[in-house]
Amino acid sequence: MTWLREVLRRPAGAFGAVVIVLLVAAAVVAVFWTPQDPFETDPFHRWLGPSAAHLFGTDRVGRDIFSYVFAATRTTVLVAVLSSVVAALVGLLLASIGALGPRWVREPVAVLIDVLIAFPVLLIAIMLSAVLGASLGTVITAVGIGFGVNIARVARGEIRRVARTGYVLAGRASGLGPWRSLTDHVLPNIAPVFIVQLSLSAGVAVLSEAGLSFLGYGAPPSTPSWGRLLSDLQNYVTIYPLTVVWPGLAITVSVLAFNLFGDALREATDPRLRSSRRRSER
Amino acid sequence: MLRFVAIRVALLVLGLLVAAVLIFLTLRVLPGDVAQVIGGTRATAEQVARIRTGLGLDRPIPVQFLDWIGGVLHGDLGRSLITGTPVATELGAKLAVTLPLAGLSLVLGLGLGIPLGVLSAVLHRRVGGFLIAAAAQAVAAVPVVFAGVLLVLLLGAWLHLLPVQGFPLDGWREPGRAFASLILPALTIGVVEGAVVLRFTRSATLEALGQDHVRTAAAKGMTMTRALVTHGLPGVLLSVIAVIGLEIAALLVGAVIVESLFQLPGVGRMLVTDVANRDLEKVQSELLVLTGLILVVGAVVDVLHRVLDPRLREQA
Repeated sequence: MTWLREVLRRPAGAFGAVVIVLLVAAAVVAVFWTPQDPFETDPFHRWLGPSAAHLFGTDRVGRDIFSYVFAATRTTVLVAVLSSVVAALVGLLLASIGALGPRWVREPVAVLIDVLIAFPVLLIAIMLSAVLGASLGTVITAVGIGFGVNIARVARGEIRRVARTGYVLAGRASGLGPWRSLTDHVLPNIAPVFIVQLSLSAGVAVLSEAGLSFLGYGAPPSTPSWGRLLSDLQNYVTIYPLTVVWPGLAITVSVLAFNLFGDALREATDPRLRSSRRRSER
Repeated sequence: MLRFVAIRVALLVLGLLVAAVLIFLTLRVLPGDVAQVIGGTRATAEQVARIRTGLGLDRPIPVQFLDWIGGVLHGDLGRSLITGTPVATELGAKLAVTLPLAGLSLVLGLGLGIPLGVLSAVLHRRVGGFLIAAAAQAVAAVPVVFAGVLLVLLLGAWLHLLPVQGFPLDGWREPGRAFASLILPALTIGVVEGAVVLRFTRSATLEALGQDHVRTAAAKGMTMTRALVTHGLPGVLLSVIAVIGLEIAALLVGAVIVESLFQLPGVGRMLVTDVANRDLEKVQSELLVLTGLILVVGAVVDVLHRVLDPRLREQA
């Protein structure tokens, strides 16, 4: 766990880690409890400003914005985690086949990765929701495939590099099968690079969910989501400008946290970056 | 060099083909019956079957695919399933909004990102440099919708500098008005993408500052800034070109969101509307045009990069 200590030693990394922990904690709490019912409307208290009773004020139908933002952390964490899991599976699968398969499989997969990279997550999501309809599942699948290809490109190079190192070859020579070699020797050694990518993919997932929910391809009305709240409130932005700030900031701070954590992790685990940092500090 | 171009073009053609197959298969094979959608929930089985035959959906999948691609190669992108108008005509009018929007965003993104990126690297380990880098890190995390809303508030609603929404109905007949209505949307994409360009430029410049030839120039009496400008920056700018290929995808995706936010009649908004209408024949051609644009620009940028950057030529 030395890498974790290295990450926490950096202010940016520590900030990212703290926000991520808070986000997950809020999501767990929100499963059981929110300050008020995030969906309860109150026609007599519409567009209230921030107060002790309504920390972030109320919206067009008198819902408590703070409770809604709080409840939506569940959606954010769910999308971030599941997207990263799908991206990890897609990425590892493509990368392993593309790096270790027989030549006639390896090369086409490498080309396929290069081609698929040109497909932005948003277009994949639009394509999927054209046939499957809008849902969080569509968002998760689209981010998983779209970012998984990015992971595949990075991980493929790493796997190829690690697979040629002495200890892996020695393991193979002493009778370790290709599968065991992959799980026991190769994958643990690409883990740092891999985790960095996962952290970045969580950021992409949160941003994509916001964009897709705005276009109407994301969370259904019954699911609280920051992207959805942001797009609801932006229609009234010239009259009640303060309200959009809450979901907007929530998304920005979460994405920033995932990005900073990923960057700090990259610096902490990549010895090359550490040495170049030291050089530039001289 | 020729070999490189040939391989890149072959890869581009392959990419376009894979894109076409993936788009086509996703829209056809995944569950969801177009004929049923058009017929509506109360259509009888015969009515659905008639719609199906009318659209040619009862033919084998490969025949349908070849029919579509054959048309696309002749400039026929099919017809809307709902209105019957040819897709190509409408797409042309929408591209007249989206392409200038993407172009202006790119200019703004590079115009903001490159100078500030160099500046933040030159001011490395000083307050100014740190602030610029931190701001870029934060801006890169802002969702496009939020950035747009903030800019609307700041420049449109409070300062009344720019038109906030819409596009002139008569298009580019009055270029000044049309251009003015693109500024805020382009700035929205440009600021967010500019932050990405800034971070890339910054790290490329930091690297250049440590390179031997730049440090030698400084040791021989040039100021560090002068050495960087004459010996370091050309390399930095060439590296930035490589990112532009990736940025194009981000710009077009940003355009989809921004066009909806600012009510601009562009390709992005058309795509969103058509998906909502389940006008799949139109959607498939629009998706192909958008991914095609991304792939073609990516290939052009790659070749350009290769032609301009002597460091890559030596490797070959």
